[in-house]
Amino acid sequence: MAKADAYWRRTRRLTFTLLLCWFFVTFGVTWFAREINEMAFLGFPLGFYMAAQGSLVIFLLIIWWYNRQMRKIDAEFGVDED
Amino acid sequence: MLSSLTRLQRYYLYYTGCFLAFIGALAILEQHGMPPRWIGYSFLFFTISMYALIGIVSRTSDVSEYYVAGRKVPAFFNGMATGADWMSAASFIGMAGTLYLSGFQGLAYVIGWTSGFVLVALLLAPYLRRFGQYTIPDFLGARYGGNAIRLVAVAAAILASFVYVVAQIYGVGVITSRFVSLQFEIGVFVGLAGILVCSFLGGMRAVTWTQVAQYLILIVAYVTPVAILSYNVTGNPIPQLVYGQVLEQVTKLENRLFDSPAEVEVRQLFRDRADQYAQKIMQLPHSLIHEREQLSSEINRLKSSDAQMRDIVALERQRRDLPHDPEQAKVRWENAMYSAADRSKQPIHHAEAFPGETVEEQNIQRINFLALIFCLTVGTAALPHVLTRYYTTPSVREARESVFWSLLFILLLYITAPAYAVFAKYEVLSHLAEIPIAKLPGWVAAWAKIGLVSIEDINADGILQLAELSLNPDVIVLATPEIAGMPYVVSGLVAAGGLAAALSTADGLLLTITSALSHDVYYRIIRPGASTQFRLVIAKSMLLVVAVLAATVAAQKPGTILSMVAWAFSIAGSAFFPALVLGIFWGRATRKGALAGMIVGVMLSIYYIVRVEFDTIPWLGVSGLRMEPWFNIQATSSGFFGVLAGFATIVLVSLVTKPEPEAMNFLKAIRFRNGTSS
Repeated sequence: MAKADAYWRRTRRLTFTLLLCWFFVTFGVTWFAREINEMAFLGFPLGFYMAAQGSLVIFLLIIWWYNRQMRKIDAEFGVDED
Repeated sequence: MLSSLTRLQRYYLYYTGCFLAFIGALAILEQHGMPPRWIGYSFLFFTISMYALIGIVSRTSDVSEYYVAGRKVPAFFNGMATGADWMSAASFIGMAGTLYLSGFQGLAYVIGWTSGFVLVALLLAPYLRRFGQYTIPDFLGARYGGNAIRLVAVAAAILASFVYVVAQIYGVGVITSRFVSLQFEIGVFVGLAGILVCSFLGGMRAVTWTQVAQYLILIVAYVTPVAILSYNVTGNPIPQLVYGQVLEQVTKLENRLFDSPAEVEVRQLFRDRADQYAQKIMQLPHSLIHEREQLSSEINRLKSSDAQMRDIVALERQRRDLPHDPEQAKVRWENAMYSAADRSKQPIHHAEAFPGETVEEQNIQRINFLALIFCLTVGTAALPHVLTRYYTTPSVREARESVFWSLLFILLLYITAPAYAVFAKYEVLSHLAEIPIAKLPGWVAAWAKIGLVSIEDINADGILQLAELSLNPDVIVLATPEIAGMPYVVSGLVAAGGLAAALSTADGLLLTITSALSHDVYYRIIRPGASTQFRLVIAKSMLLVVAVLAATVAAQKPGTILSMVAWAFSIAGSAFFPALVLGIFWGRATRKGALAGMIVGVMLSIYYIVRVEFDTIPWLGVSGLRMEPWFNIQATSSGFFGVLAGFATIVLVSLVTKPEPEAMNFLKAIRFRNGTSS
């Protein structure tokens, strides 16, 4: 079962790295919304922009990246499904 | 190009084309004088018969089809179905309004309701799919073993889903009564019919394919009015790209209007009124007696001085309308005081984050904003009706990919909502403020008639100040077509979209409750030997019973139930999230730990809500409950404490109870396996 353990370790590392990014965007950036609102981006105050669009797009990218890396890991361990 | 699409994609393309052609036809008919009422009816009839058609075509007598659509839903369509499943009447109708009223602070909903899908993708969906059973209680039962945890899970799932489904059916009643002027109760039962035609015969399979159809309608309906508005204001039909400039203008208008002398005066008048009510409440019951005596002596004086009969009658009515006893007076005057105090507040700038007059107030806002995001995020990742959707894909990989599609389809609406709010605010600030009240546009009076807009010229200058206008949040989405002077067909489209959002969510929730009762309680606990056929009979009758029950509750117009929906997130989050995540990622978590954690989490959430929100519960005979909130966190975010307590309890109790090595087999199976099994 060494293979299963190695697979799980890889999955877990990827999961927790991405969770860290998610946490940083959701709570870290939002915490400073008032401060970064002083800056402008595409005509928006930056804090407003991040809460209304920026973070949402980053969430989508996080999931996209997770799927991509998991496909790679699956292929490496010979468990891809098609 | 058509041939590169799958058969299903082509079907839905034809369906969308058909729907757009239908809208076009109605638009032309409207030009030729078709009355608005008939447009409303056409939308209602057309969309519900579409759903019924799909529901009947997808009928099934197979258990796996009924509970998880036979696990044959491709990632792309599962994403769309999840989108419709997820976006409720509140997202569709309420969110833009909340954003209009609270500006930046409302964005907590936008972030929270989307960021939850990251947790679903990374922590839950692939493992649920690899496990491959039917319900969330199934998963917890298999991971921790025993019926106790299954029952707790069933109870929490029903608790979180039932109020939610009632709110959806209520939403259907509201929409149908406003747009096709059906009576509210009849509207509720139209909603019930709309739900049953989708789910009764075909279970999850039928619900999935109707939800895809409903998603297409709701997204078209949501985006169309904003796109038109955006084109009118900026010349660019993509509101998400250009509303930054509009926001800038809104800020300029706010700067000019907020501190104009008339606004300041109006706010002062409202503050005085709030103070008067506060005084009257303090002097109860004396103030009530005094007021009645004063009116009586005034009436007597008029009577003896042969004044106009009309004035006397008016005064007598005023006396009759006085509260009957001090208790009633307290309730009524408190409401009046709060509403006046609300209008007297310094308005907040739309783009300002964590507004507050002092640094301390700003920090309270900041903490509440983050706590609300936390609750909505974790709640999203724990609501059973959403999680079950990831059982329905053909493989683990498709389950992962369908979370991506889910979030993409949800984003389309959630990125539009803040734009909606900004455009609506621009219209109000530039076309309503400082306008003579006699010259206000027609829609104001129309919506004032049903109580969604109210205007009071408190300083009697005949001109509308912002503080004199109060809007119900629902009115933003419902009235935007009229505000921008669009044809009625757009209003009908919005109604159809709201209906689709409410029906699709109700379907998903209803199915969750049904499968918790029929699959988890009846089949797993009461009669494990039941035949497949009989299990389906039970499932269908449960569905009918729960649906009728929910519609009956909704028909009573329970005001409080709507505010209870926000609590569903805290309850679901603290019940399921810690037990599911630790169950997957921490082999040491034990049955007793999970059981204790789920119960402590939910109980703490409910305890916090009750003690912060209520002072007395008449039917229990308790009073003096109210406590100071911890760290100034509002009751809606009670899950913040519930979830943390849930995690802590599971960890502590697991560490002091005996390890359960048999959990490792389960974990091996869900963490690594050749995935296509079901």
